[in-house]
Amino acid sequence: MRRYFRELSVAGALAVVLLALAVFAPAFYQPQPLLSLLTREAPTLVVACGMALVIISRQIDISVGSQFAVCSVCAGLLAAKGMALPLVFACCVAIGGLMGALNGVLVAGLRLPSIVVTLATMVTWREALRWLRQGQFVNLPDGTQWFGLSQRGGQWMLIIAALVILVSLAIATRHLSAGRFIYAVGTDAEAARLAGIRPQLTTFAVFVFMGALVGLAAMMNVVQSPQVDPKSGSGLELKVIAASVVGGVAISGGRGNLWGVFVGVLLLASISPALTHLRVEAYWEKAIQGAIILLAVVADGLRNRKQR
Amino acid sequence: MRALKGVSFDLQAGEVHALLGENGAGKSTLIKVITAAHQPDGGSIAINGERVAHLSPAAAHKLGIACIYQQPALFPDLTVAENIGLRLESASPFRKVNWGTRETRAAELLKRIGADISPDAEVRSLSMPEQQLVEIACAIGAGARIVIMDEPTASLTQKEVQLLFAVVKDLRASGVGVIYISHRLEEIFALADRVTVLRDGESVGTREVRRTGVAPVSLQESPAQAEKSDGDRRDACPTLTESELIKLMVGREVSHIYPSAEGEPGAVVLELKNLTCAAGGVSDVSLSVRAGEVLGLAGLVGAGRTELARVLFGITPADSGEITLNGQRVRITSPQEAVAHGIAYVPEDRRRHGVILEMPIAHNMTMAIHQRIFPGAWLRSGAEKSLAQDFIRDLGVKAYGPEAPGGSLSGGNQQKVSLARWLATKPKLLILDEPTQGVDVGAKSEIHKIIRQLARQGLAVLMISSDLPEILGMSDRIAVMREGRIVRMLPGKSDAHTVMAAALGQTEVSK
Repeated sequence: MRRYFRELSVAGALAVVLLALAVFAPAFYQPQPLLSLLTREAPTLVVACGMALVIISRQIDISVGSQFAVCSVCAGLLAAKGMALPLVFACCVAIGGLMGALNGVLVAGLRLPSIVVTLATMVTWREALRWLRQGQFVNLPDGTQWFGLSQRGGQWMLIIAALVILVSLAIATRHLSAGRFIYAVGTDAEAARLAGIRPQLTTFAVFVFMGALVGLAAMMNVVQSPQVDPKSGSGLELKVIAASVVGGVAISGGRGNLWGVFVGVLLLASISPALTHLRVEAYWEKAIQGAIILLAVVADGLRNRKQR
Repeated sequence: MRALKGVSFDLQAGEVHALLGENGAGKSTLIKVITAAHQPDGGSIAINGERVAHLSPAAAHKLGIACIYQQPALFPDLTVAENIGLRLESASPFRKVNWGTRETRAAELLKRIGADISPDAEVRSLSMPEQQLVEIACAIGAGARIVIMDEPTASLTQKEVQLLFAVVKDLRASGVGVIYISHRLEEIFALADRVTVLRDGESVGTREVRRTGVAPVSLQESPAQAEKSDGDRRDACPTLTESELIKLMVGREVSHIYPSAEGEPGAVVLELKNLTCAAGGVSDVSLSVRAGEVLGLAGLVGAGRTELARVLFGITPADSGEITLNGQRVRITSPQEAVAHGIAYVPEDRRRHGVILEMPIAHNMTMAIHQRIFPGAWLRSGAEKSLAQDFIRDLGVKAYGPEAPGGSLSGGNQQKVSLARWLATKPKLLILDEPTQGVDVGAKSEIHKIIRQLARQGLAVLMISSDLPEILGMSDRIAVMREGRIVRMLPGKSDAHTVMAAALGQTEVSK
């Protein structure tokens, strides 16, 4: 119980928001808008899961938003060329994985600080895309949106897919050696190395995995609309880092779990509609998000101080 | 535990007072008290005859106390003049920097100590001794009356040592009091006026040194020779010989009973021939360890013992030489290979590298054996838990269960967890680095029993320790290292004096 205090308190905050909505704005719980909200957040959840792993391994990846845009545009172009949808899917994940591998090589191989490396790749991918596409949208062929299913069916499919990814990753981090290694490397890379773990390989793998998840998430986003926006994914990195931190992943590495991240994503996602329904001006959204992040960080800081 | 117990120490103007003692004798703590990095629990400090009630680092600086560490604490990207300026100028953020005076003052100070260093040079481009000279220039510029030098020659060549000595002698001549810490006896005899020996946090005596100018040749008793500048209280100290100095350092009764070895050791498990690793500071090491044997690796801090362990464990692979394990020549270039060859390394500093404090002890214990006990990489918590419970029982780990985080355990129990992690790999050679450092007496004797029992079960044990009684009590044979080499192999029943003499670099010992 005490071990999961942090996760439970975030869940408590979420419950308060949901309860307030139930009392003051029951309209929030109409099925169709709620389903749309969850569908919009499904790709965020997938990227947040990857980001949590990156942060647990004591790294950071701020290039995910740019990777997301590159993957989306590539997927759109491939689909427009008439490639079969499953194949587009595979390519999109592979492209994400490759971009992650580049980050991984620079961080783990050359031992450069991940904040600088991913800042560089973030700008590079984004600007390259701008130069190549000149801001043009990519029109998708028919049958791409919602995988050619009905909107409702497609939405359910994306939500379920995101949940499946969340659950399987949550289980994997707890029950696979690889998960244990990520925590060990994030807590103390030197201790892990002396215990026969390869910290650099672990870090590399985490970045590749992060990229692949971004590819997956990009695909989940692409199928939601008839066009691909080359600016999609901007600000995504902040959103998922915030969700991770709010969900109890320690920015200093080695601590946190994916259930907390799940709650963090939901909490941050519920703010905007909550404000709308409670008729608070939308300007407040960012400020409130910021306040929540600050609160989470301060809580962690105080807890760490107490332990010392 | 107290690091210092009722130590009295005095330093006169214009003398070099050496501070000598084993690892952990309290030298660094004494220095930290004098520079006010630590506050004493009791006792008093007087400077220039005036009692200082509460010494703060800033006050120590103002009173003219300067400390030159083995690793100079300069800013590598700034120039020499800037570094000196930072130390000597007022720290107000909005003061105007006068580059001209800054430069000329730096040049003057460097000239005064006879250092041929350009004030414009970036500190990064200077050698270690040059950086030390810059530190000394800072100290002089600040008007230091007390200069503390902590093993200043540890990384210097013979020629650089001579240069440094000349500067120290100049300092003395100008009336500065120098506290000089060194493990090299010949330096103490060449430089010091007096020496104070610390042992287990207590001062065991202050003696006058009859300076020789060169390394001492004979050990004959000589009457106290007062030098002309010396004060009268110095005559009260008897002069000493090198042998007596060593006796002062080690002379302590053994208060701890060590488990005895039994039976003959078995086949040779590890054999090293001319093992060298330039990056690790290990040169030309040859030794062998047999099954069932505890080989103690003695030496001073920085003698290359941990470095040797790191070479064997593949962290800094060897450049040349042979490693033979169970009769087979092997190359070890990574910890993974070392583990595969049956080598286990329980590192020093368990809080940092041995145990992951945030993780449950069960996770810590299985860390190195995932591939073996978790086929398919699927963690079977049942298997993990029962393995952890076995070790908790066998090693007597005091914890509320396998789920207890490593950080909740006492030092001795953490060490047992670290040990368990490596025993789980079923090693043939166990390397222990300071296995009982910072461990309480009870846990210490338990760990000793465990080590002896492991040896009895046929494990070859290589035990690094700075705790001399531990080395003497536990080892079947003792290898003494100094400056990256094994300088002596001694039988297990050697006396402390012989081991310490070898560690200090004295080959011929007469008692």
